[in-house]
Amino acid sequence: MISASETRKNAPLWVRLLIPKDAPLYQRNEAIAGWLMAFPALLVLTIFLVIPFLMAFVMSFTNQRLVSPNPTEWVGMRNFERLLTVRVFTLEPERDDSGFIVYDDDGSIAYPRLRTFTRKNPDYPELNGLREFTSWQAGENRTVILAADVVFLRALINTLIFAGVIAPLQGGLALLLALLLNQSLPFINVFRAIYFAPVVVSMVVVSLLWRFIYDGENGLLNTLLGIASFGSFQPVDWLGNPYSAMPAMIAMSAWQAVGFHMVIWLAGLQTIPVSLYEAAGLDGAGAWQKFRYVTWPGLRNTAVLILIVIVIQAMGLFVQVDVMTRGGPLDATQSVVYQAVQRGYDKQDIAEGSAISVVLFFVVLAITIVNRYLTRDRDTS
Amino acid sequence: MTTMSWETRHRLVISLRYTLLILISAIFIFPIVFMVVSSLKPDLQLLRDSGSLLAFVPYGDISLNNYAFAVERVPVIQFAFNSIFTTVAAVLASILLNSMAAFSFAFLRWRGKKLMLTFIIATFIVPFEVLVIPLLLVVNNLPWIGPEGIEIGWLNTYHVQIIPFIADSLGIFLFYQYFRDLPDELVEAARIDGASIWQIFTRIVMPISGPILATVAILKFLLMWNAYIWPLMTVRTEELRPIMVGLQYFFQRYTYWGEIMAYLTLVTIPVLIFYLALQRAFIESIATSGIKG
Repeated sequence: MISASETRKNAPLWVRLLIPKDAPLYQRNEAIAGWLMAFPALLVLTIFLVIPFLMAFVMSFTNQRLVSPNPTEWVGMRNFERLLTVRVFTLEPERDDSGFIVYDDDGSIAYPRLRTFTRKNPDYPELNGLREFTSWQAGENRTVILAADVVFLRALINTLIFAGVIAPLQGGLALLLALLLNQSLPFINVFRAIYFAPVVVSMVVVSLLWRFIYDGENGLLNTLLGIASFGSFQPVDWLGNPYSAMPAMIAMSAWQAVGFHMVIWLAGLQTIPVSLYEAAGLDGAGAWQKFRYVTWPGLRNTAVLILIVIVIQAMGLFVQVDVMTRGGPLDATQSVVYQAVQRGYDKQDIAEGSAISVVLFFVVLAITIVNRYLTRDRDTS
Repeated sequence: MTTMSWETRHRLVISLRYTLLILISAIFIFPIVFMVVSSLKPDLQLLRDSGSLLAFVPYGDISLNNYAFAVERVPVIQFAFNSIFTTVAAVLASILLNSMAAFSFAFLRWRGKKLMLTFIIATFIVPFEVLVIPLLLVVNNLPWIGPEGIEIGWLNTYHVQIIPFIADSLGIFLFYQYFRDLPDELVEAARIDGASIWQIFTRIVMPISGPILATVAILKFLLMWNAYIWPLMTVRTEELRPIMVGLQYFFQRYTYWGEIMAYLTLVTIPVLIFYLALQRAFIESIATSGIKG
């Protein structure tokens, strides 16, 4: 009989590394089999996911371009500074010699031109090269948000809004549909199949179709709204108007994917035992109370999962933007990934595209951690 | 007020419910109906009709001309073959690789397992699109054994469309969750009977993993069939392009909407038919596969 420790000593180094320290002889095969079976998948993930990610990380500290006459150099944090520099600046009104505020011809307060501060002004070196992102009146002063890369800042905010709106919207609608379908009526499966159908249609196809639906001249949506309101609805150029473009994109994206999450909710609903509803009914609970005290607590884990999945998907917003709006109008639908692809691929500025990817990764990571923390099990015993 | 009998009220509630269900169905179906109907109309009529409910009515100059033109413009047969080939290959390979890895995580004891599992769950949060550019550089420098020996660079091949997608953390995780819920006795009993690890995997665990297998296959199928951005970037050779990239051919100097609708119908209807034929399995596999947190 050979003891476990002796086997370990005699085994080659790679086996000793693979098998657990206290593994007896017969488990050696198991450990080797375990590694061998996991290896192909781990290898593929390493080559096509981990290495690209590490490359993006490294390249984001360089000035690499796809084709460039100059050698690639380290530039430290410069790419990130360019992307993320945001400053708040207060413009004070123009005053005449006696200290009174100067007014424009139309009666509004006159301010010095912003570019006198942001174009190589020696008194304001930190503002050099920044551009106005947005501004508003505060008393007699004007508060201006300046950013080094206004398009990226817009893209980041848009993507966060997109994810922040679509997660509760799509998750909530999916739950409503699931509740509607979670009953034994004849033909219920037909409806379930219909609601799920857009999920199997490609996002590229969906985006092209909805371009038609959202058209401002004779789009279907305007037509349908016109009919529903007996002609009193004023046509909107849904994707051409900076105020409606993002909501239109959110609505379309939710339309496409809501069926998938509906099915996941349905699965969650079916794990709740009927006896709980019966007991609640005996206690005199109404429909809302049943939902509040039986259904919702039973769906907690499902809710957490659905929220995380929708948010991660939403942060990758790309195809819709590429096919429907190319980021317009007025950058109203710019997204982080669209910017990453545009700069990294179309403009071949790999370093900047990589830096955007790294920023997005950390944003998603932060959201996931916060999400996990907020939805953690408080009553784990 | 409450003179209505219980039965009448019940009927009212039921019919209201069906009305609601049907109205919602209309929301989900109308773009698809619009697509199919429009594909039969000439461009002028299509654009005119989309300003009214006639958009949903196949009338007037109905023909399959758009399909004929679309097929002439795009080598549809070749593209469809490419899509079917890459999709089937990726689906089969991903089922094998993901389930093997998940089996190892769920049933076998080996050093480093916990770390690797954490690693896989961590990669879950990276949206694919984020890594497209560095991934492009990676595949551009990978070796491949071709007919003329070792070649560097995977661009313009079938395998560049397949291999990066044959393992994914979501697939591994779904299999892992499912396997973990299987009773331990199943595996222990087989082991005592002298079954090898590979036999336990292929003869015992996989045969009872139908639902999760279907789910992983469906998700991969949709991802591969609908692949657009990646093949657009990596495949310049026309003979190797998948079907979605064909859409590019319609946005030239002039946009041929009728033909686009025909092409959209061509690429969508097979998937929809496939889905409708298997819809029960489709939905139930996802519902019972344990994607529920």
